[in-house]
Amino acid sequence: MIHSLFLVNASGDIFLEKHWKSVVSRSVCDYFFEAQERATEPENVPPVIPTPHHYLISVLRHRIYFVAVIQSEVPPLFVIEFLHRVVDTFQDYFGVCTEAAIKDNVVVVYELLEEMLDNGFPLATESNILKELIKPPTILRTMVNTITGSTNVGEQLPTGQLSVVPWRRTGVKYTNNEAYFDVVEEIDAIIDKSGSTITAEIQGVIDACVKLTGMPDLTLSFMNPRLLDDVSFHPCVRFKRWEAERILSFIPPDGNFRLLSYHVSSQNLVAIPVYVKHNITFREGSSQGRFDLTLGPKQTMGKAVESVLVSSQLPRGVLNANLNPSQGTYTFDPVTKMLSWDVGKINPQKLPSLKGTMSLQAGASKPDENPTINIQLKIQQMAISGLKVNRLDMYGEKYKPFKGIKYMTKAGKFQVRT
Amino acid sequence: MTDSKYFTTTKKGEIFELKAELNSDKKEKKKEAVKKVIASMTVGKDVSALFPDVVNCMQTDNLELKKLVYLYLMNYAKSQPDMAIMAVNTFVKDCEDPNPLIRALAVRTMGCIRVDKITEYLCEPLRKCLKDEDPYVRKTAAVCVAKLHDINAQLVEDQGFLDTLKDLISDSNPMVVANAVAALSEIAESHPNSNLLDLNPQTINKLLTALNECTEWGQIFILDCLANYTPRDDRESQSICERVTPRLSHANSAVVLSAVKVLMKFMEMLPKDLDYYGTLLKKLAPPLVTLLSAEPELQYVALRNINLIVQRRPEILKHEMKVFFVKYNDPIYVKLEKLDIMIRLASQANIAQVLAELKEYATEVDVDFVRKAVRAIGRCAIKVEQSAERCVSTLLDLIQTKVNYVVQEAIVVIKDIFRKYPNKYESVIATLCENLDSLDEPEARAAMIWIVGEYAERIDNADELLESFLEGFHDESTQVQLQLLTAIVKLFLKKPTETQELVQQVLSLATQDSDNPDLRDRGYIYWRLLSTDPVAAKEVVLAEKPLISEETDLIEPTLLEELICHIGTLASVYHKPPSAFVEGSRGVQHKRLPGSAGSGESVDSPDPGSAAGASEAPPAVIPSQGDLLGDLLNLDLTPPTTTGPPPAPSSGMQLGAMDLLGGGLDSLMGDESEPLGGDLGGGAAMGAGFGAAPAAMPASFSAPVSGGLDDLFDLGGGVGMPMGAYSPPKTIWLPAMKAKGLEISGTFARRAGVIQMEMTLTNKAMSVMTDFAIQFNRNSFGLAPAGPLQILTPLSPNQSIEASLPLSTVGPVMKMEPLTNLQVAVKNNIDVFYFSCQYPISMLFVEDGKMERQVFLATWKDIPNDNESQFQIKDCHLSSDATSNKLQGSNVFTIAKRTVEGQDMLYQSMKLTNGIWVLAELRVQTGNPNYTVSLKCRAPEVSQCVFQSYEAMLKN
Repeated sequence: MIHSLFLVNASGDIFLEKHWKSVVSRSVCDYFFEAQERATEPENVPPVIPTPHHYLISVLRHRIYFVAVIQSEVPPLFVIEFLHRVVDTFQDYFGVCTEAAIKDNVVVVYELLEEMLDNGFPLATESNILKELIKPPTILRTMVNTITGSTNVGEQLPTGQLSVVPWRRTGVKYTNNEAYFDVVEEIDAIIDKSGSTITAEIQGVIDACVKLTGMPDLTLSFMNPRLLDDVSFHPCVRFKRWEAERILSFIPPDGNFRLLSYHVSSQNLVAIPVYVKHNITFREGSSQGRFDLTLGPKQTMGKAVESVLVSSQLPRGVLNANLNPSQGTYTFDPVTKMLSWDVGKINPQKLPSLKGTMSLQAGASKPDENPTINIQLKIQQMAISGLKVNRLDMYGEKYKPFKGIKYMTKAGKFQVRT
Repeated sequence: MTDSKYFTTTKKGEIFELKAELNSDKKEKKKEAVKKVIASMTVGKDVSALFPDVVNCMQTDNLELKKLVYLYLMNYAKSQPDMAIMAVNTFVKDCEDPNPLIRALAVRTMGCIRVDKITEYLCEPLRKCLKDEDPYVRKTAAVCVAKLHDINAQLVEDQGFLDTLKDLISDSNPMVVANAVAALSEIAESHPNSNLLDLNPQTINKLLTALNECTEWGQIFILDCLANYTPRDDRESQSICERVTPRLSHANSAVVLSAVKVLMKFMEMLPKDLDYYGTLLKKLAPPLVTLLSAEPELQYVALRNINLIVQRRPEILKHEMKVFFVKYNDPIYVKLEKLDIMIRLASQANIAQVLAELKEYATEVDVDFVRKAVRAIGRCAIKVEQSAERCVSTLLDLIQTKVNYVVQEAIVVIKDIFRKYPNKYESVIATLCENLDSLDEPEARAAMIWIVGEYAERIDNADELLESFLEGFHDESTQVQLQLLTAIVKLFLKKPTETQELVQQVLSLATQDSDNPDLRDRGYIYWRLLSTDPVAAKEVVLAEKPLISEETDLIEPTLLEELICHIGTLASVYHKPPSAFVEGSRGVQHKRLPGSAGSGESVDSPDPGSAAGASEAPPAVIPSQGDLLGDLLNLDLTPPTTTGPPPAPSSGMQLGAMDLLGGGLDSLMGDESEPLGGDLGGGAAMGAGFGAAPAAMPASFSAPVSGGLDDLFDLGGGVGMPMGAYSPPKTIWLPAMKAKGLEISGTFARRAGVIQMEMTLTNKAMSVMTDFAIQFNRNSFGLAPAGPLQILTPLSPNQSIEASLPLSTVGPVMKMEPLTNLQVAVKNNIDVFYFSCQYPISMLFVEDGKMERQVFLATWKDIPNDNESQFQIKDCHLSSDATSNKLQGSNVFTIAKRTVEGQDMLYQSMKLTNGIWVLAELRVQTGNPNYTVSLKCRAPEVSQCVFQSYEAMLKN
């Protein structure tokens, strides 16, 4: 199982280590540093690195490498999932997951890691349970603790841990009972030169924020559950009920959690919300290139496309870009050659455009590669797949909760080739 | 006020100050001090000196303080074992605490203190906790058994904890069940044959029930355990599959992949015509696709596994090609994997799409990726015949871009396309030739030269082209030199009249001016071939080549089956069987897929109706060189002697060579020819060359020549003998009484890096024995015959025959008892006989077993002391130097020698064929005939065998 964990910052220093079995010398990280050196970009460090006696499995989050050391045959996904959980927990506890935050709370970090794994076996990874065992630091509590000498470690066994619903503690009380659900969809797409879709798929999630007293039992039904043929559920969802009736039935965890994530595959027709007209050309023998880009809304069901951000990695030969946006602002970084254009909202009457010239190194030959255009956007009050919640009911408790559902569509990896 | 303040103090008196604070009366001050100590510990400062002071803080009601002290204890107890005892009392007391949280914490922490003395005290509390009324305590105790087993396995067995653990599988609480399974699996890893997890339908049922209710991590443990079970029949298999499928919708990707593993394995048993089989296939695709939308590192692991799955069952993902299309900001390791899978999924139906994508990738920025994309186009052409034409034209388009590395990759793959579809696309040769000058990589140059040589008759200026390469012959890499030599010989055989000079030039460059034995030998072979029998030369050199077909990089079917059983593990990421890289490979069991219901026991031949393309018709892969030569030349390939070739008498050889070259060419070239001959200074080298490359000898040689060569071989074999490797005397393995008159005695020897099994077969029966064959059972180190048993003549009554069988170590592995036991079956025309023998482990010491000094030191320290074993060798009268020399002969390498107080300490290393290192310290005291040897090895099982070998080597 998981032997040790090292946290490595961007400059390559190990700033925290934790061992769950015998101590593994930190020199084992040298192999990681070697791989890091070989990789051209920080993201390109391979996730699994073999060394003579150990395996290093790492994830990069918030510019910190979380490097787990294992010695025997352990499923790598198990380790990676666990590392994700560690990152999430830190973020949950400290608001941010940075080197400074971790150092500021090193004792809590240690207590958490000790609570999350025992001898390399996961022990408590649900944030509900952890929070009962180790209270998250707040400014107030830190002050009170310093004065009164009280502790931030729970004295009692968390109630939920051994019940049939390990994700929920008993005795939850709220004065305002509310349940909010956010349906968020991201479109991943590749659009080719001519504007036709090569591949497009939707990654959707339903995130919930449930603050309800007692042990409520919820059911959520959809207008068009047929869309959801590839889903991953939070453990609280009753799978049998879903299989039989296509209804989500569950006792929710307390607070924020992800109820389900789903995937609408490329075989369904995925609506593409924007189109891009582009003309990026270089002429042989000339030190100038033309850049011409226009955006327009496509299938948006009448909703406004907002927070549009266009970015593109221009060819290495480009020295500078002299462009003129019809709206928004653009920047070009001559070192990384990254062009980004903050467009804002698309007005269908007056389409945003970015036009101008790029200067090349004098005498350099015409660049071989074609830049790819990356697009980020947001559309409020719409799930692009068409998914709609039909109704939400609560059983098991008497009060009437406040309910709310929000929809949002974003661009995920949305790429236009030129 | 944050914890970062704990990091700031670095003053000298720090430890002293902390000590004072730890002993303070104020609780608050104590806690702050302990926190400071922990903070120092996390950044790697040594605060072990504070041990007694910290332990004093342990007796407290404050849970946080208690936890902090426990953290400290776990870290430092090992270095202060005597002090750690002080803590025992508190632990034992805490195990009785009314609060289950404290009970669990105590037993958990105690298990983490890796000190032998403490473990004794742990047994009683642990036993109680395993039966605790609170499931939280029970599940913690289950893990504790695994911890204890890691420290002291014997103790755990003696105390009967394993049985208690097995009982916990039937516990009422699913979390306890999951942890018990996890603990048992971990323990079983170090006991491959112990049958700890005895899976039967009842336990399986319990596991499946627990599966629905336990935590995500518990589900992974249970699923991985289920995967080891072999259902009795297809009905059971189906019912397990039905209960596992809901896990495919889990949010945790590790759960999903473990479930995929179980399903992939159990699916083998389902009849293919079953409706449920089709349903299951459909259900597998979505979760795999979903994994690809996760974070890149998850994607990478998923992709490596999908690579296996599409080879085994391409039908699952055949409609999902698009999800493997590369996004330009994917990390490079994801891009390369996706590309690989795209090619595997390429078919006639989707080839247009794939090609368009690949062409797009070929214009990207990342050079490695672009190269792989170009290569992928070539692979598509070879895989999907209908697309070949389109692929070739795509490649030509890419060549037009003139981007240097693209052109070179394109030429390399076009060569393969020519080999697959001969006489079809030669029209493009002209375009290729235009780019001759831009090729600077050896692989591309060699490919181009191959094309020119192969199609010399259609290229008008082939001789000029090849001549231009010849100018810088000595600066070329070997690959190019060899290719150039062959190409010119081909050209010569096709157009003998104009190219004599060229061939003469290249032959002399290859044979006289080169030090490379391969090149020289090939040169001589061609030379001799041309001079002896030009017609034969034509037959050999211009023979029709076997077509390359299908994909050349498929994983071999049996390995694939094994890897499918390991989906989700490291083995699946590396595409190697676990035994190949798991530390010490303690006789890892090879896992196999269960046979399908229709095909009965024969696992090797899945039923022919199955749709799984990969397994039923293993695609013809390019035959490896050995096979090809074996077929072609029908020569005895057995011992390719790698020892230095003997110096041949130079004058005789020189004459011979002259003769040889004089004759033959005339007949090929007619009257115009001038006899080749010239300076034959390379005669001696020639003899040497022949000695080293017996396998490349064509069969059509005239008798006297091959006779001479045989002599050379004998000599070579003889030279190999006095290497000094220890070989025990022959013993009788199979007495005649037991084998209907066949008596076999034998021994093992290691000659020139090859393990030989040397046998004397004696026929003590009345009739002639023929048709000998030999086979080994699976054994600890994978020994297997490297070739058939060569007994060519029948064995008449009362006759003896010597046979030497070279062994390889790549056979199937199974741990034997004793470790070096080998079970052998010998067959002859009468019957099959079985016997077992033991080989000295020194046979397995490989030649490169000499460890670097630094590595040796580090490894010695790194191996835990528990793995050290000490032995006495009595009555040995060698000096330390003589000892060291003697052992060196058997690949035991002395790395350093130290003399302390009249004692010589020799530090030695050896490496076994399966990569296990054994380190030894040999103490030799002058005047004392008793030596002491201490062995350290990560797989301590081998120590006993190594010691026996030591004794045998030194006393003979």
